[in-house]
Amino acid sequence: MSVPAFAALLERLVFTPGRNAKLALLRDWFATQPDPDRGVGLAALTEELVFTTAKPSLIRDLVAARTDPVLLALSHDYVGDFAETVALIWPQRGLRPRGAAGGEHEAQAETYIVNAPPPALSEVVEALELTPKAELPALIGGWLDTLDSSGRLALIKLITGGLRVGVSGRLARVALAEWSGQDVAAIEEVWHGVAPPYLPLFRWLEGRDEKPDPREAPVFRPLMLAHPLEDADLAALDPPAWRAEWKWDGIRVQLTAGPGGRRLWSRGGEDITGAFPEIVEAMDFHAVLDGELLVIRDGAVAPFADLQQRLNRKQVTATMMRDFPVGVRLYDLLFEGTEDLRPLPFDARRARLEDWVARVSPPRMDLSAQIAFASLAQLGGIRDGARAASIEGLMLKRADSPYVAGRQKGLWWKWKREPLSIDAVLMYAQRGHGKRSSFYSDYTFGLWRPDGEGGEELVPVGKAYSGYTDEELAWLDRWIRNHTTGRFGPVREVEKHLVLEVIFDAAQLSTRHKSGVALRFPRIARIRTDKPASEADRLDMLMAFVERRAAPEGEAAD
Amino acid sequence: MTPQGLYCEPGGFFIDPVRPVDRAVITHGHADHARPGHQAVLATVETLAVMRARMGEGGAGAVQQPIGPGEVLEQGGVAIRLVPAGHVLGSAQVVLDWQGSRAVVSGDYKRQRDPTCAPFQPVPCDVFVTEATFALPVFRHPPPEGEVAKLLKSLALFPDRTHVVGCYALGKCQRLIRLLREAGWDRPIHLHGALAALCKLYESLGVALGPLEPATVANKAALRGAIVLAPPSAVQDRWARRLTEPVVGVASGWMRVRQRAKLRGVELPMVISDHADWDDLNRTVDEVGAPEVWVTHGRDDALVHALGQRGIRGRALHLVGLGEEDEGGTEAPPATGEGDAAAVRGVAAGTDVAAVSRGEGL
Ligand SMILES: [Zn+2]
Ligand SMILES: [Zn+2]
Repeated sequence: MSVPAFAALLERLVFTPGRNAKLALLRDWFATQPDPDRGVGLAALTEELVFTTAKPSLIRDLVAARTDPVLLALSHDYVGDFAETVALIWPQRGLRPRGAAGGEHEAQAETYIVNAPPPALSEVVEALELTPKAELPALIGGWLDTLDSSGRLALIKLITGGLRVGVSGRLARVALAEWSGQDVAAIEEVWHGVAPPYLPLFRWLEGRDEKPDPREAPVFRPLMLAHPLEDADLAALDPPAWRAEWKWDGIRVQLTAGPGGRRLWSRGGEDITGAFPEIVEAMDFHAVLDGELLVIRDGAVAPFADLQQRLNRKQVTATMMRDFPVGVRLYDLLFEGTEDLRPLPFDARRARLEDWVARVSPPRMDLSAQIAFASLAQLGGIRDGARAASIEGLMLKRADSPYVAGRQKGLWWKWKREPLSIDAVLMYAQRGHGKRSSFYSDYTFGLWRPDGEGGEELVPVGKAYSGYTDEELAWLDRWIRNHTTGRFGPVREVEKHLVLEVIFDAAQLSTRHKSGVALRFPRIARIRTDKPASEADRLDMLMAFVERRAAPEGEAAD
Repeated sequence: MTPQGLYCEPGGFFIDPVRPVDRAVITHGHADHARPGHQAVLATVETLAVMRARMGEGGAGAVQQPIGPGEVLEQGGVAIRLVPAGHVLGSAQVVLDWQGSRAVVSGDYKRQRDPTCAPFQPVPCDVFVTEATFALPVFRHPPPEGEVAKLLKSLALFPDRTHVVGCYALGKCQRLIRLLREAGWDRPIHLHGALAALCKLYESLGVALGPLEPATVANKAALRGAIVLAPPSAVQDRWARRLTEPVVGVASGWMRVRQRAKLRGVELPMVISDHADWDDLNRTVDEVGAPEVWVTHGRDDALVHALGQRGIRGRALHLVGLGEEDEGGTEAPPATGEGDAAAVRGVAAGTDVAAVSRGEGL
């Protein structure tokens, strides 16, 4: 159908927390929408379809030309998300003009004049590709005029990117399976061989055609995941039946290479091949591997922050590749050639992996070393001793576990380190992104240090934007709005009164931070209204957490 | 007298005062406008009935004086009339004529169609006193029929789930029921206990609501695929969670802003409001033609700015205590004891209203 139908789906998805309900909404979409819009909508939801032609500034200019600047600013401040502000404030064309003559009762009904019909999704996609840049504003402005507020929001999010409705490719494929009665594994198999709007896929699912043939196309195989280890689980472990490895703090990837091509997949099956050309170049083999993508310099793993420099980049420059060299630490071998090793026990796969690495020795790749241990107490000591920022904790894998998709209890465990904690003072707040953008949800916090004149001053040490509950978020947002002392663009400076308990996984020296220290994954654990700001922690105390630079055991094992 | 709100000096009476006074004119029955303990209360027949239902015979005023449509009452040289405000059943604007000039205190009002109450009538005046609950241009309430259609579509999509919709007990609840009836929903509508009394009162005042049944969580199997209406506070607590896979909706103008709705855990936001939206606030000011507009509560900054651009003098009164029962209150922060917005407003209100009553009392 059209953008309004898609907008209605988006709106329901955005507000629907339950997986089952999301599936029902998707099934309804597949069942009721015509081709090619249902496929275009599916691709947009799973972000397989990304536009770059229309920049957010284009939308900004369009709305600025149509609204009063003061009212736009007040509205933006209230709503938070700019796209949503535009969608809501956009003057509704065809609505009876304000103050027009009319009897008292006529005024009761809002009368809409029928305009040009709203565009079809496929029409939007096609027009965005074909329209010269100079004509885009008029085209998009014209579309926005035909839509209501939810249609406008859908269109703006669609063309500027960032629908973020919580529909993963996996969820969409489960919905396709439920709707069509086909096995989800069969759909997964062909998925990467079909492209939006997936006409051959829908023909097959509706029984009108043969199953599409993915040929030699590289296919994503769902990853095996680990459960967090609780104390009770730990006690039940029998050490000889388990293998331990470090849990590296990078991004989990799957490498697929063969005659049909080379692909690098993220944990969720996203194709991230384009972002890491040097890895792809090194994949001169026929196999499917599981590993951790890391920035590695001279054999030492760099903190996650370095890897972040390589993520979400539109272009990969030579400088980026030089300054943030990536490699893959290999965990597992799923296929060698066309042989599926996944049913084999872990020990057998590990032997095959070690053998394969020795034989093929692909550049930029090494083995994730195994950690020997005789008792759980010893293993616990090893875990607590590892403070390198590049290590999140330990992975425990049962020696006889086959490689199975998803998170099966009892086969693999992740045993994270205990987080560290400080009591810090809230200094600045900024509005968040996505669903949190109408709230002050990003918090810069600081610790005390001597100011050189016999007193103390606060120095910012980090920024946290998670860990709190919705109630705490609402409370913090209100507190910040009522205790603002200064504004710099989207940032508010607040009275230095509020103490937050912040937990984090590691602290490391940093020259890029004023405090000289950077925190890994800081999040808010508690709001300490009971504690006066003067009793918050000192910078010294945080410095004591900074890990030793030496690599822990096993890290440099190549 | 400042914290007590709008005061008419020559007439010696307050409009919607927040503390007990001798003589009060009440615009409508919402708790932030109609408070208990006044000596003499002047209001529409319906508003007095609502007040009695909510606070008992004694709380609704020692002397209750109903004033009918078209009736004019004289008080200290001030002619008082009540004209429909279209907000909830019985809601009225207070029209005051004194020495050739006219002020209209509109209370809460809306311009959208509402099958449960008389429509708003614009009255030309010199001073127009208006609310500004939704006075930002992002607030434009869509036709409510479309919002009700969303609920019915969801019921078709999830026929086994109980659809529980949060709505205010006075006005919104009954309007929603009537809209559902107009859309063809003739099955019983189930009510949380807190909504039953006012529905009964509406029916006794001539607003037919169709079959209504109590929503007893104990019998949740009977509520599969049913519509349950409950106060907004109840839809978010354990009461609603005990229903069968509930789809939680809320009918309120605040639902227009997606992220705010989402934070409240709402799965089915319905933008249905009993307050005027941005376009209607501005249209109404233009229609009454007042050169001076006083803004009682809400987003006065945006409205005063927009009025100024059209040469209308707007002033913010920052009245304390308004916007607390109905939709005006949905944004109240959780009780924190800190940074209490109402207290901050209270300080400002003291000065502003004092200035108003000193200089330009009616
Ligand atoms: Zn009201
Ligand atoms: Zn009110």
